[in-house]
Amino acid sequence: MKALGGVANALLGLFVDDRLFALALAVWIGAIAAAAAFGFGPAQLRGVALFAGLVAILLTSVARAARP
Amino acid sequence: MAGILAAAAPAFLASLVEFVEALTIVLAVGATRGWRTALSGALAGVAFLAVALAVFGPALGRIPIESLQLFVGILLLFFGMRWLRKAILRYAGAIALRDEASAYAATTSRFGAVARPAAFDWSAFATTWNAIVLEGLEVVFIVIAVGTTAGALGAATAGAGLAGAIVIAAGFVLRAPLARIPENTLKFAVGIMLAAFGTYWTAEGLHSPWPGGDAALFALAIGFLLASLAGVALARSRRVTS
Repeated sequence: MKALGGVANALLGLFVDDRLFALALAVWIGAIAAAAAFGFGPAQLRGVALFAGLVAILLTSVARAARP
Repeated sequence: MAGILAAAAPAFLASLVEFVEALTIVLAVGATRGWRTALSGALAGVAFLAVALAVFGPALGRIPIESLQLFVGILLLFFGMRWLRKAILRYAGAIALRDEASAYAATTSRFGAVARPAAFDWSAFATTWNAIVLEGLEVVFIVIAVGTTAGALGAATAGAGLAGAIVIAAGFVLRAPLARIPENTLKFAVGIMLAAFGTYWTAEGLHSPWPGGDAALFALAIGFLLASLAGVALARSRRVTS
């Protein structure tokens, strides 16, 4: 049971390391999904917007984590 | 051909990294606690992963491709972005670079300090089982994610299998940690690939076509590479100015 719990934790750990970073990713993906569901904005720009947001989240998280 | 390469390359590189990490622990446990225990734990770990794959793998084939792209794309995004963030912080010096020689030394000193039990060494068995299952889960996830969405599960499996064969053969010959493999650089490259695939498939799964079609995948990889280099510079400057 303990070993299975370890596997479950490891599974979650595959995707979540820094919780704030993971939350920001989830919120941004959710926002793009909502835009797609409600037909907001040109469809071809949603992917570009997704990428731009991901880069912004990555750089913000890296800058925050790099503070000694 | 491009789809096969697109599935095989990230599966190969990512698996190489994970196999090296698992092999380091198996070698350290084998050298200090005996090869029978170390290999028993490793084989039990492989058997566990094979059963998990046999149970959950076929279920993926029943999911419509667009839903699968969205689901796997989002998981790949989380997985790849996590690797990329860590790789950037490692290159910036904010966290320590992973060093297989140190990991090997730490494991051998942990087990070497304890006398070998006369009966089966369950602690050493559990250590190698854990190492194989935890690192193997990452390999299984990448192979399934990259293979199913690119429609080249065989190529992704072959890529991972080739990586496994190379690492096991090298470990058998050297019986030492594969410290010369540039693991941190590989993780950086794989993080970029997985983040690019994840972004591409997430948007595709959301019925949002990419400008330029499949070529957007290369543009995304270049974009993530440039962003990562900017991230390394940013993190270094933060460490200097803070």
